[in-house]
Amino acid sequence: MAETFLFNALRQAIDEEMGRDQTVMVLGEDVGVYGGSYKVTKDLHGKYGELRVLDTPIAENSFTGMAIGAAMTGLRPIVEGMNMGFLLLAFNQISNNAGMLRYTSGGNFKIPLVIRGPGGVGRQLGAEHSQRLEAYFQAVPGLKIVACSTPYNAKGLLKSAIRDDNPVLFFEHVLLYNLKEDLPNEEYLVPLDRAEVVRPGQDVTIITYSRMRHHVMAAVKPLERKGFDPEVIDLIALKPIDYDTLGQSIRKTHRVIIVEECMKTGGIAAEIIASINDRFFDELDAPVLRLSSQDIPTPYNGRLESLTIVQPQQIEEAVEKMMQLQV
Amino acid sequence: MVQERTLPTFQSPPAQISAEEGLMIYEDMILGRYFEDKCAEMYYRGKMFGFVHLYNGQEAVSSGVIKALRDDDYVGSTYRDHVHALSAGVPARSVMAELFGKETGCSKGRGGSMHMFSAEHNLLGGYAFIGEGIPVALGAAFQSRYRRETMGDDAADQVTASFFGDGTTNNGQFFECLNMAALWKLPMLFVVENNKWAIGMAHERATSQPEIYRKASVFGLPGIEVDGMDVLAVRAVAQEAIARARAGEGPTLIECLTYRFRGHSLADPDELRSADEKAKWQSRDPIQRFEAYLIEQNLADDEVLKAIRQKIEGVVEDALSFAQDSPEPDPSELYRYIFAED
Ligand SMILES: Cc1ncc(C[n+]2csc(CCOP(=O)(O)OP(=O)(O)O)c2C)c(N)n1
Ligand SMILES: [Mg+2]
Repeated sequence: MAETFLFNALRQAIDEEMGRDQTVMVLGEDVGVYGGSYKVTKDLHGKYGELRVLDTPIAENSFTGMAIGAAMTGLRPIVEGMNMGFLLLAFNQISNNAGMLRYTSGGNFKIPLVIRGPGGVGRQLGAEHSQRLEAYFQAVPGLKIVACSTPYNAKGLLKSAIRDDNPVLFFEHVLLYNLKEDLPNEEYLVPLDRAEVVRPGQDVTIITYSRMRHHVMAAVKPLERKGFDPEVIDLIALKPIDYDTLGQSIRKTHRVIIVEECMKTGGIAAEIIASINDRFFDELDAPVLRLSSQDIPTPYNGRLESLTIVQPQQIEEAVEKMMQLQV
Repeated sequence: MVQERTLPTFQSPPAQISAEEGLMIYEDMILGRYFEDKCAEMYYRGKMFGFVHLYNGQEAVSSGVIKALRDDDYVGSTYRDHVHALSAGVPARSVMAELFGKETGCSKGRGGSMHMFSAEHNLLGGYAFIGEGIPVALGAAFQSRYRRETMGDDAADQVTASFFGDGTTNNGQFFECLNMAALWKLPMLFVVENNKWAIGMAHERATSQPEIYRKASVFGLPGIEVDGMDVLAVRAVAQEAIARARAGEGPTLIECLTYRFRGHSLADPDELRSADEKAKWQSRDPIQRFEAYLIEQNLADDEVLKAIRQKIEGVVEDALSFAQDSPEPDPSELYRYIFAED
């Protein structure tokens, strides 16, 4: 076991996969000589050389398209979005080509591609650098979307994403890079399509992902003291969603709260609620509740910013309120 | 009114060809022409649907470039992709079946007119949004260099040709990719088919510098202007660019001055282009020109050319009946091909 920062866990994942498979390469802005804005590719340029850790010009749309073409012809590129927000410029390539091309081509090509980088609301970075994009992309057919949340799952998931034959949008959270955790010395993978039961419980299912997992766990402590026993599930896979794991939990607790960082309108929770209604309506003892961030551009001001995203206190209150509902 | 660009006199010596090569190129051009004529007929008879963009008039570009490539080189196209697919070796049957949305189509009926793909023929595909195919082609070119240099695969000397129109050269992806291709010396041909129009937008009204080949110079790659109605001129320029690319000397921008004989798509009333302009370009029909050349140079006689035309009529008829008789995709496979495992 070795204590490892999340950014370094990601770096290890890339390093290990590049060592094991020569077709794996990284490209993006400042990934090479500079080592990546969050040091996820630090020293890899020196180790693997110019072409395998490729510093690109600032041309998101075209270098994403280029990665797709390279993936179609047999490489396994990892695109780093310096900030996932910049990938809005590559929306066309991500949607039309990464997501849809395999289908449109009738299975002629596969696109083993990872697009990763820091997303989420940071600390006073302003609206454009504090985006909540996962919901924008969730409707794109053919994409897998994954959000990591701990050093352990970050490493195992990224390794799986690199080995996957599909395009994977891999969300890291800008405020989680310095989380520390003991990681196994031996190699491990974490599956891309499985939610993680973070805390088993009986009373209520709290579904969350990415940084909100840690807010939820912060709220769980006082809830435990008050005698509540919530089950916490980290989605990990935002697309496709692991309804098996959600279903097992809902059949046990019959109550669901979803905590997300993305916006309420058209968010991840909106989709999950609709699907829970389709699949597990009869199991519910109460309407599903969602705690989402506000439908506004992320404000710069610190106080307004914290009002924009969900805080642990709100999660605590929501659980108490839901448990008071009698059926 | 903007001044029309006058056609320069072209100096590039025509490619030297044998009779065999001449007939191979002629057959490819005839196939492109007859295939598209058949599409128009089927569309107007209400048998073919969707947006259908035909290539009539531009055959010298597809045949001139693609027939100078090796079988394992890559081709990237646009929505005007049927003829590029045919030149790249995709059987007429699979292209026609795709147009009819059949399971036997090269994209299994999931793509349609604007999305012809064939991994087997290294056809990177038809892209319906202008510009987006250029970076994808760039990726294929990058991949060749990557394999050669980091994986020690000496056989990875494939060249990638990316085709797109004049209108597309005003899009950022064109410039971004010129930059990256030149920067990394990628084995790539940027082939602009300047047919003077982007739907109803005349080229001169859309761009500050209508001479597209000149845009290469600022990125430090060669830009060449060629008569896109002269298949041998295109072939000569392509051969040189391909040799450079294969030798690791980097990309070339080739601007082919050409013209489409039909509207933008079969849904386009084509009211903006003057009768004069159309007649002038029609008189430069690349197929008639090449025919005359073949005969003049004693590379073929009327009989041989006629036999080719008859053969291709048969190929197109066969493709049509194959397409019409082919099965539709199975509705139970609606979700197939979303993910790599399907
Ligand atoms: C991104 C995008 N915007 C608009 C269109 C609609 N559109 C289709 S073809 C076309 C004109 C393209 O002209 P050009 O590049 O000269 O190619 P040509 O059709 O002449 O072969 C336009 C505007 C599109 N397909 N994609
Ligand atoms: Mg045009």
